[in-house]
Amino acid sequence: MLDETEVERLEVEAVNSAKTRQPLYSARKKVFPKRASGRFRQFKWLIMLITLGIYYLTPWIRWDRGPYAPDQAVLLDIANRRFYFFAIEIWPQEFFYVAGLLVMAGIGLFLVTSTVGRAWCGYTCPQTVWVDLFLVVERGIEGDRNARIKLDGAPWSFDKLWKRVAKHATWLVIAVATGGAWIFYFADAPTLLGDFVTGQAAPVAYMTVAILTATTYIFGGLMREQVCTYMCPWPRIQAAMLDENSLTVTYNDWRGEPRSRHAKKAVAEGLSVGDCVDCNACVAVCPMGIDIRDGQQLECITCALCIDACDSVMDKIGKERGLISYATLADYQSNMAIATDPVTARIDPKRVRNPEGKLNAAIAHFRLGRIFRLRTLVYAGAWSMIGVALLVALLSRDRLEVNVLQDRNPQFVRLADGSIRNGYTVKLLNMVPEPRTIVLSMEGLPEAMMSVVGMDQPESRSVTVEAEPDRLKTIKVYVRLPRENLAEGQSFTFVVEDKASAESDTYVAKFNVPEAAR
Amino acid sequence: MSEKQIDELSGVETTGHEWDGIQELNNPMPRWWLWTFYATIVWALVYSIAYPAWPLISTTTTGFLGYSSRADVKNELAAAEQAKSAYVEAVKAKSVGEILADQNLRQFATAAGSAAFKVNCIQCHGSGAQGSPGFPNLNDDEWLWGGNIDQIYQTIAHGVRFDGDEDTHVSEMPAFADVLEPQQINEVAAYVASLEGQADTPDLVPAGAQVFADNCAACHGENAKGNKEMGAPDLTDAIALYASGQAAIARQVRQPKHGAMPAWGERLGDVKVKELAIFVHSLGGGE
Repeated sequence: MLDETEVERLEVEAVNSAKTRQPLYSARKKVFPKRASGRFRQFKWLIMLITLGIYYLTPWIRWDRGPYAPDQAVLLDIANRRFYFFAIEIWPQEFFYVAGLLVMAGIGLFLVTSTVGRAWCGYTCPQTVWVDLFLVVERGIEGDRNARIKLDGAPWSFDKLWKRVAKHATWLVIAVATGGAWIFYFADAPTLLGDFVTGQAAPVAYMTVAILTATTYIFGGLMREQVCTYMCPWPRIQAAMLDENSLTVTYNDWRGEPRSRHAKKAVAEGLSVGDCVDCNACVAVCPMGIDIRDGQQLECITCALCIDACDSVMDKIGKERGLISYATLADYQSNMAIATDPVTARIDPKRVRNPEGKLNAAIAHFRLGRIFRLRTLVYAGAWSMIGVALLVALLSRDRLEVNVLQDRNPQFVRLADGSIRNGYTVKLLNMVPEPRTIVLSMEGLPEAMMSVVGMDQPESRSVTVEAEPDRLKTIKVYVRLPRENLAEGQSFTFVVEDKASAESDTYVAKFNVPEAAR
Repeated sequence: MSEKQIDELSGVETTGHEWDGIQELNNPMPRWWLWTFYATIVWALVYSIAYPAWPLISTTTTGFLGYSSRADVKNELAAAEQAKSAYVEAVKAKSVGEILADQNLRQFATAAGSAAFKVNCIQCHGSGAQGSPGFPNLNDDEWLWGGNIDQIYQTIAHGVRFDGDEDTHVSEMPAFADVLEPQQINEVAAYVASLEGQADTPDLVPAGAQVFADNCAACHGENAKGNKEMGAPDLTDAIALYASGQAAIARQVRQPKHGAMPAWGERLGDVKVKELAIFVHSLGGGE
């Protein structure tokens, strides 16, 4: 076991440290995050693997839909206004499913934030994931924190030059791949890749890739924490999302203070010291460059790397882990009340530990039950309800629909024999990728007959229409009601039916007759 | 200047603004933000030189890129013309009957005719082609000069009673006020009214039949079914151009009104007239 004075001490200061008077505009302070290792780092590697995997590989997944539809599992075919997601095909008028998913994403964000704080920021936000990826490259080429600081301060040399060139070149390759992957969601990926490299793709494809390459490179490589601190609105919104029972990355100063770099000496002098050895490991690993010991702050994305850094130090000096931990404000405040000496209003380490040196039994620790509280249950309930509603709507949706627009100018036409004719534009939606034979027929107004424009057939009560796969078929239909039957009623029903699958849909249509004939 | 106020907790200077006890910190802006702001100003300047922007007395600067939205529209219109030129050529080359038989071409001509109709025809025939007293309804199946596609084309191209066109439809019903006695006019009006619906004075109908046979059947036919060769309307059907009812018929017999339509062939060109004919034919009454 190490003595606390043997722990490596890092020279680092928080970028938002307010020790100096700041000017109107300030240059960015460079952040050189040190490599962390531990549970949360492992977890973040896993999430990075999954999220990047999903992003880069999804467009290449194939999904057979037969000869009349694309075989790409996920495709936003904007030109043809069709959206494919594995077995689900969405037409533009069904876009409310996507709206429903967005509402779910919103509520899900509320749920996650009220439960585990800014987990989105710390683990899954693309900015965080790509910065993490870019840092891996930077670390691989230039070395860890100290080597990078040294390199940054060093005069230009061949060594510095090739390292910088290699780093930025790798970043650019990643950025191109990132921008490139985006366009594959909007067209057949293998075809587009071929067209793209041979210069035959649409200009908009090259522009999109160029813009996304630029944003990836600039945001992920050059701006990093500046994006979160200055450009993103979420750090501001989160303040309204958190409550006293939300988990956030917390420095437990009730056991850490007073911090001391020379604990043994201080103890020998009769002073009581906390667990924090002021090694600055938590600041050095922070990708935002802040000091978590300054308390909760908007720059903190709760990536929890400081927890890993601190835990490994605590392991080395034989103290319990969790000096920096996920904790709720409620627990933190109750522990602070225990730790604070009522007379001096200072934190007294003796108050949190029993004589054996273990943490006091009254110290509050996070309990899983805290997750289940009215607020999170309401979020979870609303989230599930929308999800179930969307699922039910999806499973029961029609794949054959009829929409009818009635002629309104003129509303009706009197024919030579005195009968009255109404015109209808009938839209048949064949929403499956197979050709179908659809029978359009009438129910009601038994004497009325219909004829289809462009179809040389005698008037009848039912016509057979060939519907192309996955297309809308528009036909103009005239319905004629003899003079003697004008008083019989003013509405009837269009029925469309696919005889093969027995799928059908109906539309109740009005039949206008002159007022005198009603 | 007020005194500098420092926030106790963060040690940052505040702006001195306070809302419900919350003070606004005066943190410095990042310098890249400042440069971004300058970049937008440069962008605006370059943009205003590159594109039309600065107002002058009677015009504006044109910009060195020479862009204009009017030229854009012109190009887009030219591109649209180019895109439909194959169809237009086909319409030009084929007869209206052939166009009608070709599904694609018919669809094109119907759409084009619909647009031309809205510009040239709705003034008299109405926006729904539903007509009005004196102006025929084009949706129905009653045609004065014939309702097959060639006849419709002929009527549109050369007009009706139009002086400027040699091939225009011409016919004139005499004013029978000068020919028949008032009693005879009442009789024949009663007879014609009885052909479709009810006469006001049924006892005059038999006499009216005789008057009709002597004076009217020459043009309207013995069975009063009309004659499309000379634009004589069918008097037995449910559709009347001017008005229905015995009194209105008597008025029309005494002093007939005659509609006229311009010849559109010269004015719009053959392609447009063909498109209009296809459109009118598609309205539901085409034969």
